[in-house]
Amino acid sequence: MPALIELSGIERIFYLGDSEVHALRHLELSIAAGEYVAVMGPSGSGKSTLLNLLGLLDHPNTGIYRLEGRDVTTLSPEEQARVRSERIGFVFQSFHLVPRLTAAENIALPMTLAGIEPAQRSKRVVQALKDYGLADRASHRPDQLSGGQRQRVAIARATIMQPAMILADEPTGNLDRATGEEVMRLLEELNQRGVTLIVVTHDITLGARARRQLLMEDGELRHDSKVKI
Amino acid sequence: MRTPDLIRFARDAATGNPLRTSLLVLAMAIGVAAVVVLTALGDGARLYVISQFSSLGTNLVIVLPGRSQTGGFNPGNAITSTPRDLTIDDAQALLRASAVHLVAPLAVGTSEISYGGKLREVMVAGTNAQFIEIRRLKLAQGRFLPDGDWRRGASEAVIGAKIRDELFGAESALGQLIRVGDRRFRVVGVMASTGQGLGMNTDELVIVPVALAQAMFNSNTLFRILIEANGREAIEAAKAQASEIIRQRHEGEEDVTIITQDAVLATFDKLLGTLTLAVAGIAAISLAVAGILVMNVMLVSVTQRTSEIGLLKALGATGATIRSAFLTEAAMLSLAGALLGYLLGQGGAALIRQLYPVFPAYPPDWAVFAGLGTALLTGILFGVLPARQAARLDPVQSLAKR
Ligand SMILES: Nc1ncnc2c1ncn2[C@@H]1O[C@H](COP(=O)(O)OP(=O)(O)O)[C@@H](O)[C@H]1O
Ligand SMILES: [Mg+2]
Repeated sequence: MPALIELSGIERIFYLGDSEVHALRHLELSIAAGEYVAVMGPSGSGKSTLLNLLGLLDHPNTGIYRLEGRDVTTLSPEEQARVRSERIGFVFQSFHLVPRLTAAENIALPMTLAGIEPAQRSKRVVQALKDYGLADRASHRPDQLSGGQRQRVAIARATIMQPAMILADEPTGNLDRATGEEVMRLLEELNQRGVTLIVVTHDITLGARARRQLLMEDGELRHDSKVKI
Repeated sequence: MRTPDLIRFARDAATGNPLRTSLLVLAMAIGVAAVVVLTALGDGARLYVISQFSSLGTNLVIVLPGRSQTGGFNPGNAITSTPRDLTIDDAQALLRASAVHLVAPLAVGTSEISYGGKLREVMVAGTNAQFIEIRRLKLAQGRFLPDGDWRRGASEAVIGAKIRDELFGAESALGQLIRVGDRRFRVVGVMASTGQGLGMNTDELVIVPVALAQAMFNSNTLFRILIEANGREAIEAAKAQASEIIRQRHEGEEDVTIITQDAVLATFDKLLGTLTLAVAGIAAISLAVAGILVMNVMLVSVTQRTSEIGLLKALGATGATIRSAFLTEAAMLSLAGALLGYLLGQGGAALIRQLYPVFPAYPPDWAVFAGLGTALLTGILFGVLPARQAARLDPVQSLAKR
């Protein structure tokens, strides 16, 4: 069985006027389905860039990204959108909920965008609200929810399409310790049910909970707890 | 995205920013309302003129001396230096035509009228008994000129309402003797006041038998011959027959112009129709302005919602989905504005009709459709650019925006 994610020879360079920023340098990485990976490293080391690349929000300047055996770097924008819709769930540090939509509508958004039947949608949303302890918050708007509740809505939204992997960029960055722990536990539960989980964090304790740690520095992968570099 | 979801999403996005939305809807509404009201005014003017013309008398054919300039260059005309005059005999000859129902000769001139030491200038119209019927005029008192030989006629006059008031005041005018020029006439009738309007104003007119008027002005020519055709379908025949009779009487020269009320009406109709169209065009400019406003406001909206667009992309929205979401929003705002403008415009037109009941200020159907259509089209057209801009946004940078 091929790895879920396979990066080879990835380079990501940003051009800022005359200067070049090597956000990712000759990256070689393989992640199997069902893994729990923490991406760590100092600020500016390329963690977010890596995650955006894995989520098909960004493109490498060179190199090949194989997702489930398929080279996704050459896909058309429409096909990439479809992969994002069906295979990838995002969780952001700042939640990124649509302020005018209720919790239920925010959770349903990926299904709405994918054109799923309303009956099917509401069935899944009801289940998700229950799973994430948000049943009594269904019709609340984001500004009526606490930070932890917002992130739970975001996680429910990320999982509603039953993706193969969850990409979380500092999901606890805007939360207090206890709430952060709780959010991590929810994500880890997903992982236990087989979803590949990739979490960017610079919190060493949180990172240590993952079965595999990647250490980024200056755009390079410095350490991989699974592979000796 | 399913269409109902798309519409709901666009609606929520629009209502999520009430100020922006009401601004846009208002701009669009003003444009459409302008089209509706202005075309209602234009078309109202057209209908008003038509109705006024109809009151002049129906199935009217008018013979004028001289060849019409608009008839095009006719080599035959170049030879005749002066056109022959129209005479009472010409008028009488027209009675022979089968399509002709009534004929009234008309000679006009100005003279002085006096009674009881009061003196004023008047317009004198010399005609016959049929005039009142052809022109659909009404008497206030007495009777009109009697039927009889057109080349003679008793010294009887019918005076306009204003002349009566000025000369006689509270006195009775009927049976009184007045002096017009150097002749004495007995007043046998008073015309009903016609007031202002496109119709013939008889208020300051003195009507006398045509032969006496010609004698008074020392001429045997006519100003006009008025013909009433047998019916609407007989108008063309009456025109042709009249033309032929006059031509024969004038030794084969076509030296008169014959106009029909229909032709005059058609000209006015066309003129005022064009005016309405021009007015609609001017009003449509405000729609174009509204369209540009739609574009700018939508562009601002794209900027404000950049991070949302990035999120939608991360959640799997294609460029096409984002494009249609923004286009739907622009179209919905335009539609709402157009409908509001339609109601405002109809309300405005109704108000005008209320204030000026004689003025039929109804917007023509084509203008309403054109106004609504233009509003929708400009809204969508000017919504394309912002929608495309939204679809092209880079998701990573958009998500980084706050
Ligand atoms: N859009 C961009 N344009 C220019 N430079 C960028 C851009 N995005 C990231 N970078 C640069 O790339 C490097 C890695 O950024 P990032 O992946 O966000 O770091 P991290 O998430 O580890 O803090 C940084 O030096 C950052 O300044
Ligand atoms: Mg980062």
